[in-house]
Amino acid sequence: MTPALEIDHLSKSFGAAEAVKDLSLRIEPGEIFGLLGPNGAGKSTTINMISGVCRIDRGAVRVFGHDTVRRYRLTRRLVGVMHQEVVTDHFFTIDLALKIHSGYYGVPDDRAWRALLIERLGLSPHLHKPMHKLSGGLKRRFMVAKALIHKPQLLILDEPTAGVDVELRRTLWQFVREMNASGTTVLLTTHYLEEAEQMCGRIAIMNGGRLVALEPTEELLSRIDGRSLLLHLEVPLDQVPAPLTAWNGQLEQGGRRLRLCLPGETSMGEVLQRLSQLQLSIRDLERPRPGLEEVFLQLTGLNLTTNQEGSQ
Amino acid sequence: MIDRLHQPRRFISWLPFATLLQKEVRRFLKVAFQTLLTPIVTASLYLFVFGATLGQRISVLEGFSYAQFVIPGLILMGVINNSFANTSSSLFISRYLGNIVDLLVTPITPPQLILAYTLAAMLRGLLVGSVVLLISFFFAELPFASPGAAAAMAAMASFLFAQFGLVAAIYANSFDALSMFNNFLILPLIYLGGVFYPVSILPPFWARLSHINPMFYLIDGFRHALLGVGDLPLGTAFTVAGLMAAALFVWASLLLGSGYRLRL
Repeated sequence: MTPALEIDHLSKSFGAAEAVKDLSLRIEPGEIFGLLGPNGAGKSTTINMISGVCRIDRGAVRVFGHDTVRRYRLTRRLVGVMHQEVVTDHFFTIDLALKIHSGYYGVPDDRAWRALLIERLGLSPHLHKPMHKLSGGLKRRFMVAKALIHKPQLLILDEPTAGVDVELRRTLWQFVREMNASGTTVLLTTHYLEEAEQMCGRIAIMNGGRLVALEPTEELLSRIDGRSLLLHLEVPLDQVPAPLTAWNGQLEQGGRRLRLCLPGETSMGEVLQRLSQLQLSIRDLERPRPGLEEVFLQLTGLNLTTNQEGSQ
Repeated sequence: MIDRLHQPRRFISWLPFATLLQKEVRRFLKVAFQTLLTPIVTASLYLFVFGATLGQRISVLEGFSYAQFVIPGLILMGVINNSFANTSSSLFISRYLGNIVDLLVTPITPPQLILAYTLAAMLRGLLVGSVVLLISFFFAELPFASPGAAAAMAAMASFLFAQFGLVAAIYANSFDALSMFNNFLILPLIYLGGVFYPVSILPPFWARLSHINPMFYLIDGFRHALLGVGDLPLGTAFTVAGLMAAALFVWASLLLGSGYRLRL
């Protein structure tokens, strides 16, 4: 089957800085694919090369089998992109801007489709407001509508939920799922790892312009070497008991919770035996499910969630 | 619901061009006080000063009042300034605010992009020029020696400066830099290009120097077409203006076609 997106040895430099280095990946039609990475990993540059905002130094991008440089008039119609930066034209209202955007793609205005986007993204009460009077969240919703107005087959969302409230995130993801179910392939980047875990069938992780992982989400999660054990204590501790320091014991919540990071080969029996010898007053034990955060940390050495607001 | 509506629609290849043209026209109409009314008021003040007051006491061209002499230059000044302002400000603001991305991701071709920006700028420039012409009827009567040639020269001047506006918008890095194009290049060239005096009355050295001012050919050609008298033959004015317009079109096309300073 022709891939929805095929990136073939893609490279891009800005002066001496290499933003994307020899990146190759394929996204199959119908997928929701996550592209993760810390700030400066090259995610937005990659998206900009796919959409035509950025020129390609080396390599190629094909959308549904068509080269994005040679057949740009076709591929740009197939792609809808919501960029990370909020970009609006201050001269026009939401309604008019959507009509204009549809025309830019050579697609006659489809009133029913426009009305659906407006309704589903909660833009109805704000249709005739000038763009500069909209809140940040509304502008983001508008940008999603703008990316979809020409009915693309590949939807690219670059940090669509950055800085938006929980309710919008929920409705936005629900809508993206429905779009996906109706045949739209989705490529998304997000700093919210739990969103990537829930939404994406496969995830690629970039770091320093390179691809460091590309696997189905479940397999990626299973790659974590070791697991965490959380001990909820009746009596708070001042310091980690010496026998537990080997397991990177860390005190949390004012000493009421002790986190142990156990290597993969450590048996739980051994752990319980050692805890019993220490006679700690343990109220509860918890084995949290490993998340992408851990995978990410392991692969890149960077903590993604502390870097949420930055951009590349 | 989504399934039913989410069917791809027919692609119309000229629609991106038509949409951008319509958007550009809407843009200048949206701020008509600034884009249309202000230049018209400015030109009217010039007409009043040189037509109804000072003009009564000055004569620079045998057989014509000063008002008759200066009106063609003032009309063309309105055409040139506004054509340049439209493309330069629109494209530069899009670059500055980042919404140029909205165009870069679409299937619009570089020729469509240039043509849409150019036609909108020409419309604004010629609209301002036409209104100034109508107002001028209160101050003087023009012979309209070759109205077709006058219209062609006005159209060529607006086309030429629409291209120059695109070029300026690409090279400018700030609003300050953009205003320098206008204040330190276009305005001096207009004033020294024979709007307010015939170049032939200058001392020989300055008259010859004026011949390297591209504005001279546009203004003299337009005046020649309206009054029937000029410093240059009409054919020369049209040839030079045409060559300049073609050169600027090629320059703008190369810049926009390559995505220079537009695509990262």
